Amino acid sequence: MTTSTIKTATTPAPAQPRQRKRRIGPGWFLVSPSVALLLIWMIVPLGMTLYFSTIRYNLLYPGENEFVGLENFTFFLTDPGFFPGAINTLLLVGSVLFISVVLGVLISALLEAADFGGRGVVRVLLISPFFIMPTVSALVWKNLIFHPVSGILAAVWRFFGAQPVDWLAQHPLLSIIIIVSWQWLPFAILILMTAMQSLDQEQKEAARLDGAGPIAIFWHLTLPHLARPIAVVIMIETIFLLSLFAEIFTTTSGGPGYASTNLAYLIYNQALLQFDVGMASAGGLIAVVIANIAAIFLIRMIGKNLTDQ
Amino acid sequence: MLTLKQTRRVHSALIGLIAWAIALLLFFPIFWMVLTSFKTEIDAFASPPQFIFHPTLDNYLHIQERSGYLRFAWNSITIALGSTVLGLLFAIPAAYSMAFHPTHRTKGTLLWMLSTKMLPPVGVLVPIYLLAKQFGLLDSRIALIVIYTLINLPIMVWMIYTYFKDIPRDILEAARMDGASTLQEIVRVLLPISKGGIASTVLLSLILCWNEAFWSLNLTSSQAAPLTALIASYSSPEGLFWAKLSAVSTLACAPIVIFGWISQKQLVRGLSFGAVK
Repeated sequence: MTTSTIKTATTPAPAQPRQRKRRIGPGWFLVSPSVALLLIWMIVPLGMTLYFSTIRYNLLYPGENEFVGLENFTFFLTDPGFFPGAINTLLLVGSVLFISVVLGVLISALLEAADFGGRGVVRVLLISPFFIMPTVSALVWKNLIFHPVSGILAAVWRFFGAQPVDWLAQHPLLSIIIIVSWQWLPFAILILMTAMQSLDQEQKEAARLDGAGPIAIFWHLTLPHLARPIAVVIMIETIFLLSLFAEIFTTTSGGPGYASTNLAYLIYNQALLQFDVGMASAGGLIAVVIANIAAIFLIRMIGKNLTDQ
Repeated sequence: MLTLKQTRRVHSALIGLIAWAIALLLFFPIFWMVLTSFKTEIDAFASPPQFIFHPTLDNYLHIQERSGYLRFAWNSITIALGSTVLGLLFAIPAAYSMAFHPTHRTKGTLLWMLSTKMLPPVGVLVPIYLLAKQFGLLDSRIALIVIYTLINLPIMVWMIYTYFKDIPRDILEAARMDGASTLQEIVRVLLPISKGGIASTVLLSLILCWNEAFWSLNLTSSQAAPLTALIASYSSPEGLFWAKLSAVSTLACAPIVIFGWISQKQLVRGLSFGAVK
């Protein structure tokens, strides 16, 4: 790198191949602002979190910031909310991923299976929930769909002679999974539907002529073709689902008890409602570690796929 | 006995029916929200739910005086636009250099950028909150603009990178031979060619900023609060103003949903980091 810079700097009137070499300079220079910004964004807050996590720091009791070692971590890990929070996080991410990928594949396969009237409109209707603000979708579901008195589901239940269910109180986690799946299934459909359209029709036709049934074609041709888009869906959804917050904040506030608290909400609760910065920081670091495990796994799985084109 | 053509027609009619049913089911909450926004509060709370009612525009008329809707909307607009413009200023040069002057580190840098997205915001909530407080940026639009720029930057770089990479190098080579500087190369040659890509990046960034609800709920209270915060304020149990809530929500979501409809094709490509074209 250094040698080439020196060499090109001393070469006047460069011929074409040399000229490309000269450009390594601006290339490096142009990418560095973004890299520097992201580095600062990553290191400064993380460093502060790391520091806070080792001291006693409660905004309600100022001036007692002594070093406490790993005390905050043990407190956080033994907090009654930690275990349910971790389990709920996994359940949330896992089930929303499962629902959106499986239904996403099935629905987009359905759309590709036949040319029916109004396909464009169906497409637009299907993807719309993805663009709705999370706070809006949470509130619409809470007040207009799930509400035990005037919600749509209560009316449906009553129509069949059943007792209406108070969804958010009786099945808080399930309700949140439904809301979040409703938001993210359209994203999977959007990506997978477009991916399916790029499947080679001749290949499909050839398989059909060879006597392959629709299920065999789906299994051996369509699904392998979808591997990469599915990986992308999983990656992006995991990023957003691990730190799911607004939907819980606006519907159940993590309750009742810890029934719908995930780690993100638990830490928020520690920090901004109980003012325990030390413990919240410890929790934040634990969340970062968990996210990093997921990230390493995902990047292994997908990263190579994305850059080798 | 049906002919082959007839079976096929029945077949696709059936599939169409199922697809329409699923689509209507998924769209129903949005439809219901829009419908509710035209009801009186009594109709909105009625049980069983009213499908036929006397529509009214009162809710829309009252939104502004009840909550100062326009101020929140203005915050949303300025924050989304501000951070999108800022993001482009950083992302375009970075994507340019990665696409046209790649080194052995480019791939690693790209993946590393993406990995910063994996950092859960709660992990850094406390320090960002305290830093914002320290600099007097709590409840200010500037803080949100900067944060949104940072959280969307990796996606913007990736997206623009995937568009730039498909542009033949010869075009830039020609401009270079004519003595264009790097800046001229980007502004005069590259940007006009990749208008579509830049536009969809802008769109995605606007959507993400508009809908972001973690930082906006935690770092703003009144002055800088965008629409997400306004709507979250309706979550209080005593807030039985569902028709008005629906009207606010409809207004808050309509621009982005329409944006999304128009640009779905480009969005797919960007959102999938070029994995789907």
